[in-house]
Amino acid sequence: MIEFVFLFMIVAAGTGGELCVSRAMKVVGEVHDFRPAALIRFVFRAMRVGWMWIGIAMMTLAFFSLLAMLSIENVSFVVPVTALSYAGGAFGAVLFLHERISAQRWLGVFIVCVGVTLVWLSRR
Amino acid sequence: MKDSPGLHLKTYISILFIVLFAPLGNVLLSRGMKDVGSARNWAPGDILRIFSSIISSGYIWLGIACLLAFFVAYMLVLTWADYSYVQPASSFSYAVVALLGYFLLGETVPPLRWIGIFVICVGVFIVGHTHPRTTEKVPT
Repeated sequence: MIEFVFLFMIVAAGTGGELCVSRAMKVVGEVHDFRPAALIRFVFRAMRVGWMWIGIAMMTLAFFSLLAMLSIENVSFVVPVTALSYAGGAFGAVLFLHERISAQRWLGVFIVCVGVTLVWLSRR
Repeated sequence: MKDSPGLHLKTYISILFIVLFAPLGNVLLSRGMKDVGSARNWAPGDILRIFSSIISSGYIWLGIACLLAFFVAYMLVLTWADYSYVQPASSFSYAVVALLGYFLLGETVPPLRWIGIFVICVGVFIVGHTHPRTTEKVPT
């Protein structure tokens, strides 16, 4: 039962966190200069966006849930089942980031979810 | 919609970094957590003991370093590519993590799990043939 709680927190907090970080990155803008000094300035610019901090908080929660799950199950099981976040991520991208998702991308996400189900069924 | 020069190339290079560093980080975390062990009753004292073991584990810190490298690559790629493209494309890491779990940690990976991971990669392949950007850039 505790595994389900951790999995839920990994998926919900992880996906929510990534959506917030993605939103922050869209505010910061596209990176054209990859020199170290420019990358450091980019990180500081990103840290001034509120969505970034909300995203980091949610991803921290997901991280500790992942550690707890890894103490119970094998990594070759834990990491693939966290791909459940694909469905949530796609819906979140449409609702929260206003991205347009083509039918082909939806099909890909659906197939990924079928794969996750098979991985779950492989659990001993 | 006009692409910046080398949009696809820099997207693929960033995703390669993501696909390498994320699984390696997770495998190192798994190795560390196997040493730390699971909580017995999830009482506050038990959780505190585990937290103390976590922050003194070298494997955990190495794993965190790899995941930070992954995170930087992930942040960079999200500045020009859609989240709904990057997230599925980076799921090749699921295959890599199973391979590393098998070869480095000696985990037993049942055939059904390999099939599931293969199906995930098929989904990734389909997603990878869509355009990285479907939205206009945010005006700066």
